[in-house]
Amino acid sequence: MSFLTLKGISKRYGDFTAIEQIDLDVERGEFLSLLGPSGCGKTTTLQMVAGFVTPTTGTILLDGRDITHERPEKRGMGVVFQSYALFPHMTVDGNVGFGLEMRNMKRAARAERVAEALDLVRLSGLGGRYPKELSGGQRQRVAIARALAMRPELLLLDEPMSNLDAKLREEMHIELRAIQKRLGITTILVTHDQVEAMTMSDRIAVMHRGTIAQLSTPFEAYERPTTLFASAFLGKTNLLPGEVLRRNGRCAEIDVAGTTLKVPHEGRHVQGQVNVYIRPEKVHLATIDTAAIRTTGRITTRVFTGNQWLLLIDTGLGQLSVAQPNNGAPPPDEGAQVGVAWSDDDLRVLQKEGLDGHA
Amino acid sequence: MKQNGFLGLLFNALFLTFIAAPLVVVILVAFTDKGFISLPFDGASLRWFRAILDNDQIVGAFWLSVRLALVAATIGVALALPAALAIARYRFPGRAALTGFFLSPMMIPAVVLGIAFLRFLSLLGLGGSFWALCATHVIIVLPYALRLALSSAIGLDRDAERAALSCGASRFTAFRRVVLPMIRTGVAGGWVLSFIQSFDELTMTIFVATPGTTLPVAMYNQIAQTIDPLVASVSTVLIVGTVVLMLVLDRMVGLDRVLIGETR
Amino acid sequence: MATLDNDRAGAAPWLLSAPALLLFCGLLLVPLVLTLMLSFHVFSDSQGTLATYTLRNYIEVITDPYYGSIFGRTAGLAFAVTLLCILLGVPETIVLARMKRPWQSICLLVVLGPLLISVVVRTLGWQILLGNNGVLNNALQALHITSEPIRLVFTMTGVVIALTHVLVPFMVMSVWATLQKLDPQVEWAGRSLGASPFRVFRRVVLPQILPGVLSGSIIVFALSASAFATPALIGGRRLKVVATAAYDEFLGTLNWPLGATIAVLLLIANVVIVLGCSRLAERRFKHIFD
Repeated sequence: MSFLTLKGISKRYGDFTAIEQIDLDVERGEFLSLLGPSGCGKTTTLQMVAGFVTPTTGTILLDGRDITHERPEKRGMGVVFQSYALFPHMTVDGNVGFGLEMRNMKRAARAERVAEALDLVRLSGLGGRYPKELSGGQRQRVAIARALAMRPELLLLDEPMSNLDAKLREEMHIELRAIQKRLGITTILVTHDQVEAMTMSDRIAVMHRGTIAQLSTPFEAYERPTTLFASAFLGKTNLLPGEVLRRNGRCAEIDVAGTTLKVPHEGRHVQGQVNVYIRPEKVHLATIDTAAIRTTGRITTRVFTGNQWLLLIDTGLGQLSVAQPNNGAPPPDEGAQVGVAWSDDDLRVLQKEGLDGHA
Repeated sequence: MKQNGFLGLLFNALFLTFIAAPLVVVILVAFTDKGFISLPFDGASLRWFRAILDNDQIVGAFWLSVRLALVAATIGVALALPAALAIARYRFPGRAALTGFFLSPMMIPAVVLGIAFLRFLSLLGLGGSFWALCATHVIIVLPYALRLALSSAIGLDRDAERAALSCGASRFTAFRRVVLPMIRTGVAGGWVLSFIQSFDELTMTIFVATPGTTLPVAMYNQIAQTIDPLVASVSTVLIVGTVVLMLVLDRMVGLDRVLIGETR
Repeated sequence: MATLDNDRAGAAPWLLSAPALLLFCGLLLVPLVLTLMLSFHVFSDSQGTLATYTLRNYIEVITDPYYGSIFGRTAGLAFAVTLLCILLGVPETIVLARMKRPWQSICLLVVLGPLLISVVVRTLGWQILLGNNGVLNNALQALHITSEPIRLVFTMTGVVIALTHVLVPFMVMSVWATLQKLDPQVEWAGRSLGASPFRVFRRVVLPQILPGVLSGSIIVFALSASAFATPALIGGRRLKVVATAAYDEFLGTLNWPLGATIAVLLLIANVVIVLGCSRLAERRFKHIFD
């Protein structure tokens, strides 16, 4: 049985539906991310797990126990808030030890645990400082230490790294993941940053308008998105509208702007108007007269980002973006005619969705 | 944030009743048809409002207060605005002391100011002069005008001004066309607040304003002897007028920002 | 955000502040100094103020028990009003902070609005309410809570009530400013760490608003100690406080030197209390706020 179960969860505020329907199982020791744009309901979901918000319908089970209506101070979960929410009038020691104090732990035992927690986040020695005297990155570590000092069974992180600068954020991704693995603590991270979600998670729940659009490992979510939203939100993609001509065992033949493409349908019953997708890094430049090319076009934009070249190419199938790793030789200049190639196995197809996101 | 429980809302209701009670009572008494203070439970009338117009002393005091407040607020803002810009934009030695000096009248008891002004003016023989009285009111209101102008000037985005300069505007044009409009509401709010403070001023003015009296002083003298519904009706007019100005202020700048100085 | 022009200071700020500065030096500094000098003059019943110098006024005010009782009464008044303002103002501000718009704005307007109404009007209201035939007494008797009118006018109790009404908005303002700086997620953090709502309030919220309560108390104390109109109208001729005593000497007896002495002492007391307590509070709390 899974460690944390959300069953039939919804949340409505009057006319406004924040959470449509959530069913989720989190395994013990797992690192799960709730990924989505603002307004998708990911923070509300976290707040319901923590107990700050009561669900309109549904149940939440923690290790078999129904905690749906249990008060937050009884749930024993470690929470790290986006603004860190440190107690400004207490020292770092006071902050980190607060949860232990609430459990009436004696001063000596508390001090030991606090030192342990600060050591875990590499802040030993700063116990006497006040939050005001710390940098942003240090404050974040204090918030993490405070949540972990209680040795909670569940760690909840609400976009804790959005206030850090890019370099620090990258370091924290790795460090936080290492801490989580070491402690084996079940963790749920809320974020809008897909790189963050993919870097740290065992599984990602992509959320969209109050529901989970896709729940899978980072690799699966990126390589085999099941919805238009998931494919567009995780990484960049080329989108080619087309129409299904026929389906057979493994592939569908799809007419895209006059050219027929063979696309694996992965068991989906696609018909009529569809979208064909391919990731930019799966598209390659090739010399025009090679047999492997699928189409040709003219490079309209060429951008160098350090580890990659990004190209926009006007082709007969539509505009394609290509991401080519920087391995020394630059691609042709803007204005050049090039051939474009890919492996058919890298193509994806999804039914064209209406404006409301449904097919 | 936590929601308010029943207890909290009850406390709030009682508190608001406590705050409103004296004002409500005054307004009610003003409508009495009797010749003495009583609540109009058995007959309301406007006689005491009409009586205001017949009372030359009150009317005269009212107009003096209005003229005084208009002039004092205008001069106050005119002096406070450049000072606010100086303090907000330049770091210079004595900046903190200067700010403290300009804000000091708020910290000095009104009685002390009254005595000091009276002594000074009588030594100079300026006893009953309107302009002398006005100058004392400018001192009283300047801190209020300064505080509001300062918070506007400090919150100003200097980049907008720099953008104007890069487009070729002279310093003065940039000030007139970019800076001034951006701090306009803060300055206007300061003017309204100064007007109100000058109009309401009582304690200091008691010492300084003879022979002419301002409205608060006239009312004070009246109440000190005997209370009759006339003061109640005058008070009602003042309350209504202040409420209107208050709503104007709140719409312009936000009342809590005016009085507290923080933004919501 | 505005940035300061470090390199361009020079004469500009002084030129801009000059008009206000001149007015203040001439009409504020000079009169205060003159008042100080006046307090050292001699007063004679027959000749008025003489331009000789003496310490007699100060000795009289400091040693005469008449003035001692006045200062004592004023201090007692200030303490009582400050205490009441804390008891009433702090909970009210917390309730206000938890309200949603538009109720919050409306209630704030009602609470802070009276500051803009002349103290004469507010005090008149209390005179009517507290009088022997006043509304409060009539109501109490009608409800059979009391059988005789309670004397509230011309008593210190009445003055305390009325002055609390006048000054509690200042307490609300001060605590409100502090509450605005509070991070609402901090309360949730406390809950997630196992603290009940009551414990969160006591250990997390209260310590953070303490500086606001303190600065509000300083303001209320200083203003009640120097209050004039309310004690004069509600307290009457017999219950003198420092401000009304100064008025008596200055405009009643016309003993200007003595009046000036009382004024100077009041000013010094005010400045010492305000600056002293502010300095103390700042040092105690500076590690919390920027």
